[in-house]
Amino acid sequence: MNRTAKTLRSTIGAKALMAVTGVALLLFVLGHMVGNLQVFGGRDMLNKYAHTLQSLGPLLWVIRGALLAILLLHVWAALQVTRANRAARPVAYEHARQDLATSYAARTMLVSGVVVVLFLIYHVLHFTVGAVDFAGSYGGHADLDGTEVHDVYGMVIGGFKHLPTALIYVVANLILVMHIAHGAASLLQTLGFRSQANAGKVRAFGLGFGVLIGIGNLAMPLSIMFGMVGD
Amino acid sequence: MNLNLHVWRQSGPQDKGRMEQIQATGISADMSFLEMLDKVNEDLIAAGQEPIAFDHDCREGICGTCSLMINGVAHGPDGATTTCQLHMRSFQDGDAIYMEPWRARAFPVIRDLMVDRSSFDRIVEAGGYVSVNAGAAPDAHANLIPKAEADLAMDAAACIGCGACVASCPNGSAMLFVAAKIGHLAHLPQGQPERARRARAMVAQMDVEGFGACSNHFECEAVCPKEIPVRFIAEMNRDFLKASLCGQE
Amino acid sequence: MNLDSKIPEGPLQEKWTKHRFDMKLVNPANKRKYRIIVVGSGLAGGAAAATLGELGYNVDCFCFQDSARRAHSIAAQGGINAAKNYPNDGDSIWRLFYDTVKGGDYRSREANVYRLAEVANQIIDQCVAQGVPFAREYGGLLDNRSFGGAQVSRTFYARGQTGQQLLIGAYQSLARQVNQGSVTMHPRTEMLDVVKVDGHARGIITRDVVTGEIQRHAADAVLLCTGGYGNVFYLSTNAMGCNVTAALKAYRQGAGFANPCFTQIHPTCIPVSSEHQSKLTLMSESLRNDGRVWVPKKKGDQRPASQIPEDERDYYLERRYPSFGNLAPRDVSSRAAKERCDAGYGVGNTGLAVYLDFADAIQRVGKDVVEARYGNLFQMYHKITAEDPYQVPMRIYPAVHYTMGGLWVDYELQTTVPGLFALGECNFSDHGANRLGASALMQGLADGYFIAPYTVGNYLAQHASLSAAGKACVDDAAFAETEAAVRDRIGRLMGVGGKQSVESFHKRLGKIMWDHCGMARNDAGLRSAIEEIPKLREEFWQDVRVPGSIEGCNPEIDKAGRVADFLEFGELMCRDALHRTESCGGHFREESQTDEGEALRDDDQFSFASVWEYQGEGVEPALHQEDLAFDNVKLATRSYK
Ligand SMILES: Cc1cc2nc3c(=O)[nH]c(=O)nc-3n(C[C@H](O)[C@H](O)[C@H](O)COP(=O)(O)OP(=O)(O)OC[C@H]3O[C@@H](n4cnc5c(N)ncnc54)[C@H](O)[C@@H]3O)c2cc1C
Ligand code: HEM
Ligand code: FES
Repeated sequence: MNRTAKTLRSTIGAKALMAVTGVALLLFVLGHMVGNLQVFGGRDMLNKYAHTLQSLGPLLWVIRGALLAILLLHVWAALQVTRANRAARPVAYEHARQDLATSYAARTMLVSGVVVVLFLIYHVLHFTVGAVDFAGSYGGHADLDGTEVHDVYGMVIGGFKHLPTALIYVVANLILVMHIAHGAASLLQTLGFRSQANAGKVRAFGLGFGVLIGIGNLAMPLSIMFGMVGD
Repeated sequence: MNLNLHVWRQSGPQDKGRMEQIQATGISADMSFLEMLDKVNEDLIAAGQEPIAFDHDCREGICGTCSLMINGVAHGPDGATTTCQLHMRSFQDGDAIYMEPWRARAFPVIRDLMVDRSSFDRIVEAGGYVSVNAGAAPDAHANLIPKAEADLAMDAAACIGCGACVASCPNGSAMLFVAAKIGHLAHLPQGQPERARRARAMVAQMDVEGFGACSNHFECEAVCPKEIPVRFIAEMNRDFLKASLCGQE
Repeated sequence: MNLDSKIPEGPLQEKWTKHRFDMKLVNPANKRKYRIIVVGSGLAGGAAAATLGELGYNVDCFCFQDSARRAHSIAAQGGINAAKNYPNDGDSIWRLFYDTVKGGDYRSREANVYRLAEVANQIIDQCVAQGVPFAREYGGLLDNRSFGGAQVSRTFYARGQTGQQLLIGAYQSLARQVNQGSVTMHPRTEMLDVVKVDGHARGIITRDVVTGEIQRHAADAVLLCTGGYGNVFYLSTNAMGCNVTAALKAYRQGAGFANPCFTQIHPTCIPVSSEHQSKLTLMSESLRNDGRVWVPKKKGDQRPASQIPEDERDYYLERRYPSFGNLAPRDVSSRAAKERCDAGYGVGNTGLAVYLDFADAIQRVGKDVVEARYGNLFQMYHKITAEDPYQVPMRIYPAVHYTMGGLWVDYELQTTVPGLFALGECNFSDHGANRLGASALMQGLADGYFIAPYTVGNYLAQHASLSAAGKACVDDAAFAETEAAVRDRIGRLMGVGGKQSVESFHKRLGKIMWDHCGMARNDAGLRSAIEEIPKLREEFWQDVRVPGSIEGCNPEIDKAGRVADFLEFGELMCRDALHRTESCGGHFREESQTDEGEALRDDDQFSFASVWEYQGEGVEPALHQEDLAFDNVKLATRSYK
């Protein structure tokens, strides 16, 4: 254990931790997206999905706890690495260092990460807890095969019909896409799976993953905002 | 041509240092960048001022001594070259040229544009070798090495240890250097017995020196005079993680 | 001066084996009680320091660069020889020995050269074991190529960066010893004098070029591995920092200096383009395997190369040396280029260049193959000259490249000062009057890995009582004296406060040397140089300006010291060149040539190494001779026709 801890504190180990937690987060984001896309299947479909999740009981809390821990590890490592990186160049260049190879997404990982955290908090407070609800769509109930369940469908539709709320989701997801587009490719290099031969594919994978999440996650607020979905 | 130079001047490690403007006159396009500095220095000496101190030796792009951040780019605008091989025909009359030392915690400034890169040596000393005493070697043909592998080892071994990777990295990371050193030996059968130990020891020393981590910006690859690819960083990461987490203690 | 070469008795092939048996050994437990100073971290110094460390000695290793791995050995491109006979083309230790003696124009010591050929194979084994990535064939075997003046393929190489790779090998071994605590590295430290106690070398005085601190270092033996002095010509293929300081200081302390005038001029370098040029760049000799050298047949022909028709081109090497053609040895090719240019056939805006043309090769094997073979060199040429050698022929001209002369050493690599050894390019031992391609790397590593580690032990074992095992002490009066002299000199340099820069003096010296002691030398020229140099030296000491302060980092001080030494040494070179009225190898006396303009040796009068002994400031040095005996090789006129 001591050895693992030591490894994780090294520059490469900390990055590997980010990559591994990143994989988990990516899978979560992907799964979360696929689940939510059921909004296009109508009220019953989404509500059923949400109800199934909620009836997991303690298991749901275990999953939530794990996700939170993973996210915290990711953030902890991000801060660790960022601190080491800043300390590595105490005196800045007078003439700005020119970027020749990197991308906007890569340069703004910390910023995009922070935005994602803020968004996550907002997202949880909005749809899970209902504490922040600009649209006032939280708390409805609906009938699902005879049982009364949370009307998640109605909440989503109502939420995204509210323009400012929808815009928050659109912008936040665009930023998440940036984080992912660099992150998904980057983690393959960090974990040593990128080579000269597959470099192009790795890039495409990152981009592809990001775009996929982007299309899926943006489809919901946009289509609802423009009234293409919902009653 | 005449140039408007902005040069980092710092009289010693204790001095805070500042940018200074110096006019370079009578520069010809055939001069190398360092010959331009020679000329400027001659003029400074003639004017009773102190010449600009900069590191250089072979002036053939192989010793890795020269090191300048030129207009924010390590080794200047040409790409795949060292400062000593950069020529003034890459500039135009009246250009402003900013010259700064490599900036990194692990590369303290000695004077003006000279920095101390002994951290690189300490990283190699930590384990960047094959432990074989003189006289103990088997016949050179005892190990056959596929040409492709030998070529890869050579790609990594081409590193001249100039430090441009560190200077150009937004994180001041030395990963490309360390990866090249580790990759050189990792691709040869001779390097196998100590492979795990080497990766662990060199990365540990790299961290002790205070270099940053890799955020996969690949700025290092873009300025490397020997065009060493970042694939070696991926390989180093794998070697290091394997050695640290699964290898023998 | 006692010039006992200590060549062992017995047949050539058994000398080294026998001698190794005869040498005394240092008890392993005692080794760590000895301290050895190695000045230089190139192939010779790096290898020696690492190996002595492995043996258990305490080693202090010095270099002026910021890292041991930047010694100028790193710049060697072409390759390293060994008589492995892997290609099965008839090579053998004997042939390598023979070629090297012949290539050196019969001015080297048979026994040393034979030993060099003998250990060469071990060097390759050692380097491969260290992880030197030599070029390989598809089957995984090592590849060999033929190189400069040899008719067998015996050259091992790592792309165009052989020296770099060999040096990294030695450097890594050194790093391992540093890690184990047996070697202490002192980078950015310049040796400024040797300290003698009771006639034996017992230490050195150095200047830390970062802090400016003057330091004393004591040891039981001192090894100088400080490289060549080609920079006496100002322009050469050497690195900017290469110097004669260490060797000259040893000479002033009583070490004989052998054959200082033997310099090698390399035929394929990028020509000088302007007066601001600071150094010359070598284009590997391997280019001559495929390139054809020519000049226009018409004097002063100003047409671009492409407009000169085939029958108006003079492929002068192929014309003069039909059997070797473009592969004629370095000295021969260099002189032939100079001859054409002097006669007015040179090309380029200065008229001091000849063409090296790849058009035929590109047509024959295709651009791809040419690129695979020489890509990096073509790129380098393109970068420096802004001309694309795939389109137009390269322009090349000879440049100073290597110095065969150096500190005189006996078979054990010991100078005439006991306890002071010289290894690598800084000694005179193995290359006679001309060095064959790919043999300097071989010699540096042979000296460092396989010869000095034995012979230094032999010295220590014999003088155990004298050296008192590490008790050589920096508090000794000799250290104080030498240090005072060093300080005084730096003080004087700083104190001149004149008007001319150090660089300008170096340039002027270089011009004198190149004009009078360069590719061709004659009595009148050398005499005038011997007059001019002391005048220049005097002017230097009266009008040089060394800016900055004596404390801290001040590269101008380092430079000034080196140039001052060159100003002294240049004169010695000219004296040596004047004395040797024969032509041999790289030393071409215009008075001594055949009707066809080929070098004419004079074995009756000059079959010896000239060894100069310092006699004091302003006094002419004394000349001694070490006679060379050739029992195994028949002296013949080198012919490459
Ligand atoms: C461009 C070029 C290409 C070459 N190509 C080949 C080739 O293909 N094959 C071949 O066999 N040979 C080649 N040679 C020759 C060969 O490289 C050298 O002769 C050889 O490497 C010299 O090694 P060395 O160890 O003696 O000296 P160097 O490598 O020059 O090392 C000298 C060392 O001494 C130190 N030093 C010097 N003076 C002082 C001082 N005063 N105080 C402290 N330290 C000091 C330096 O810091 C350095 O560490 C080439 C040479 C050049 C210039
Ligand atoms: C759903 C949420 C997230 C996902 C899917 C995710 C995914 C990833 C992935 C895959 C990487 C690449 C790791 C590597 O290069 O090996 C990464 C890097 C990074 N992440 Fe996240 N991340 C998320 C949230 C966050 C948060 C909340 C932060 C907050 C600080 C953050 C900060 C960073 C930073 C700074 C990097 C770049 C580190 C570097 O390369 O230097 N991430 N992320
Ligand atoms: S001076 Fe040697 S690489 Fe530039």
